[in-house]
Amino acid sequence: MIPFVKRFEAAVYVSACVILGGCSGVQSPLDAQGPEAARVANLFWIFAIVCAFVWAAVVIVLIWAVWAKPPNSREKADPLSVDEHQDRRAGYIVSGLVGLTLAVLCTFTIASFLGSRGLASGEGAIEIEVTGYQWWWEFKYSDPEPTRTFTTANELHIPVGRPIKVALKSGDVIHSFWVPNLSGKMDLIPGQHNELTFSADRPGIYRGQCAEFCGLQHAKMALRVVAEPAQDFEAWRNQQLRPASQPVDPQTSKGREVFERSACILCHAIRGTIAGGRQGPDLTHFGSRQTIAAGTLTNTRDHLERWIANPQAFKPGTKMPQVPLNEDELTALSAYLEALK
Amino acid sequence: MTSVPADIHAPRDTGLSPAELHRKLTKTWATPSGLVGFFTTTDHKIIGRRYIVTAFVFLVLAGLSAAAMRLQLARPDNDLINPDLYNQLFTMHGSTMMFLFAVPVMEAFAVYLVPLMVGTRNIAFPRLNAFSYWMYLGGGILLWGAFLVNTGPENGWFSYVPLAGPQFSPGKRADIWAQMITFTEISALAVAIEIICTAFKQRAPGMSLDRMPVYVWAMIATSFMVLFAMPAVMLASTALILDRLVGTHFFNSAEGGDPLLWQHLFWFFGHPEVYTIFLPAAGMVSAIVVTFARRPIFGYLPVVLSLVANAILSFGLWVHHMFATGLPRLGESFFTASSMIIALTSGVQIFCWIATLWGRPLVFRTPLLFVIGFIVTFVIGGLSGVMVASVPLDTQLHDTYFVVAHFHYVLIGGAVFPLLGATYYWFPKFTGRMLSETLGRWHFWLAFVGLNVAFFPMHLLGLWGMPRRVYTYPAEMGWGTTNFIVTLGAITMVVSFVVFFWNVFVSLRSGQRAGDDPWGAGTLEWATSSPPPPYNFARQPFVRSREPLWTERGKIPVVQGLRTDRRELVLSSVIDGEPVQREASPPPTIWPFLAALASSAMLIGSIFTPWAVVWGTPPIVITLIGWFWPKGEKEELG
Repeated sequence: MIPFVKRFEAAVYVSACVILGGCSGVQSPLDAQGPEAARVANLFWIFAIVCAFVWAAVVIVLIWAVWAKPPNSREKADPLSVDEHQDRRAGYIVSGLVGLTLAVLCTFTIASFLGSRGLASGEGAIEIEVTGYQWWWEFKYSDPEPTRTFTTANELHIPVGRPIKVALKSGDVIHSFWVPNLSGKMDLIPGQHNELTFSADRPGIYRGQCAEFCGLQHAKMALRVVAEPAQDFEAWRNQQLRPASQPVDPQTSKGREVFERSACILCHAIRGTIAGGRQGPDLTHFGSRQTIAAGTLTNTRDHLERWIANPQAFKPGTKMPQVPLNEDELTALSAYLEALK
Repeated sequence: MTSVPADIHAPRDTGLSPAELHRKLTKTWATPSGLVGFFTTTDHKIIGRRYIVTAFVFLVLAGLSAAAMRLQLARPDNDLINPDLYNQLFTMHGSTMMFLFAVPVMEAFAVYLVPLMVGTRNIAFPRLNAFSYWMYLGGGILLWGAFLVNTGPENGWFSYVPLAGPQFSPGKRADIWAQMITFTEISALAVAIEIICTAFKQRAPGMSLDRMPVYVWAMIATSFMVLFAMPAVMLASTALILDRLVGTHFFNSAEGGDPLLWQHLFWFFGHPEVYTIFLPAAGMVSAIVVTFARRPIFGYLPVVLSLVANAILSFGLWVHHMFATGLPRLGESFFTASSMIIALTSGVQIFCWIATLWGRPLVFRTPLLFVIGFIVTFVIGGLSGVMVASVPLDTQLHDTYFVVAHFHYVLIGGAVFPLLGATYYWFPKFTGRMLSETLGRWHFWLAFVGLNVAFFPMHLLGLWGMPRRVYTYPAEMGWGTTNFIVTLGAITMVVSFVVFFWNVFVSLRSGQRAGDDPWGAGTLEWATSSPPPPYNFARQPFVRSREPLWTERGKIPVVQGLRTDRRELVLSSVIDGEPVQREASPPPTIWPFLAALASSAMLIGSIFTPWAVVWGTPPIVITLIGWFWPKGEKEELG
């Protein structure tokens, strides 16, 4: 329920807040929920306030300059009648302003240098491997013990208060990992290993989305970061490590059968079944996730059925093809997938 | 020792009556009428006018694509425009605005104005000038023709690899984009060379470097930037075409290439590109401010030095487009510092313009309104630029609508406003008629309100997390209302341009007659009739100050002794503007047009087959031979 309350608040306060102090936004860098984002948000406000003053000063001086009339102004001034005394004075003022500008810029440069120094380095962090694909996110939780390694998609769970280091890779084109409430963005570039460290102060669900144009469905490549207390995170992790739950009723059994004999298994994996495709998101615990297709739809039975029936209707260009299934198969399949908690 | 020129007996202008002189010079300099003249002209005014009109046509096309995008984004989850078309639209908008409008229109004004401002009769290399226009037109037609047949590029005006590479962009869309770059860059490089040579070698006798109008200085700085920046993007786009067409792997990381190489090359061009748009605008502002404040510019030297410094510094900023790519932090800090310092040199110019206006009885006409609107909005864009120059801030702001807001303030407030002001200012010179002041005021206020309503809220959208280049967004993000307001602002801007074009249309037919110098300005372009005769100046002026029309009180001393039976102009020394020699300027010729046609055929053909480079080259060689065939006349005389 928390995200909906947050969203509602955001919708209500959205206009006033940024101007009055940047309290809340759905995925706003000013609504910082972690130390990295907070540092940048503070820096932003320093810059914004100083810049606002500078702009106001320039405009006031401009208005003054435009309004100020010479003592005995005639219809048309003689272009060669320049008051040298006034020009000399203006020279001093301009030099002073240039000096002032330089001082402001130096302060800005040093502040931003210190700001980027202060960003977390990632020691003692939990490492998660993030791979961007057109147009979804894969998250791989590694562990020294190979059996404790697993892969999930589009929903990143992290424990509150611990530094998280994401190793960023790309499976195709350049993407950019951006969860503004927690941290600035970092690109995922083929052939290059980038890292980003951040942490969340409070439990909550933070939305992010791809920030580098990556093709047709760049707009629908969102992710969620679920920050939760350590014990909840451990529970989630242990649940994710388990293979997919077995069907418990005839409908879900049929759903599994449909999944295993249709084109689904060419791209998707469900641990504990014969499905081992790696082209699309791992669906082992699909039912536990909140959204379908990288934030395109909320994860409900109805949405899921309509999504499988015609993915292109919701996300034109998505790599997921339309798999011909009849009404019964569709119902059974979505029942099965929803049960994969 | 003075030698006797070989053409001592040729007819000269010495002692001719004004009417006689006009008759003879017109005969020598006039462009043939009709279609023949259309394709063969080498007159910088005709070509400049054509360039300006064409650039404004592209402005309309790019503006309409922006309007279409704004309609799509006006409400959440909108399905007015599908993602494929949307991606083409924003690519067409950006590419057209940058490559087919902003840079060409600034060069177009210079093609028209620089020769007049330095008091010469034609631009240097007039045939190259004709060629560059046809190439520019070819590139524009290629891009928009492709869009009309649903082959418009779709990877953004920056065309990042590997998205634009062979694997992820099959088809011809990315090739069209890359080859359009080749067209427009050839034309931009050609114009840059013409401007530099005109300003350095063809100035009126006596016009030493420190007597050059600031606008000419701005165009020299711009042209040098073009010379150094454009090769980077031509190299990049050529490498991209090679990757796509013949399977090289410049940008393929799997084969040892590097996708970031593209970004370095592109932004090494892309950042100076912004200043090749801003510097001419700064030159225009300087000209307008001086005329409307009726005094010489305050701080000529610091303004000129700042322009030159901007031109140089702008080459040290490109990495601030790449702060999110994971480059080493220390290196990034250098680029933060260099991005900050360019705000200083821009600040110097702003302060000097304000000081020029200070305490003068100002003549409030549309050009000055646009200049004041320029200062108010450009400073916003400059300050938000300072914010995105900071590495930590940029990691949050990069690729959000905050950046969209930033650069539209810089480009519209900082370049289009001065350009529109300049259009009102020089329109009388181009056409002989004034633009309507009433419509001009409507235009200004609509554009000013439209700009701020359309782009200020985008700062907020960016701060609320809205990324760029998304064709839609979910309703629950809460961006809907603000986007709707932005769309209203965009519509206001469209209306402002409708007013502008209506103004141009009406004023061309029935505008008030301008006379030679309607604004009481001081520089040389106002010393001849409006529009200027084919030969620009009956006699080349002799210059003793920066604003000769003011200091000479209307009677400018002139030079005589030029031949009237052929196109002849005076070359002068680079620094002091001392007359050095008489130079023949080429008459109308069809070869530049044919050369452009042949080059276009080769370049477009090479999108489809590498063999086009083979069969496409001989026609180019033939046209160039025709172009450079010795005409049996000695080009230079003592």
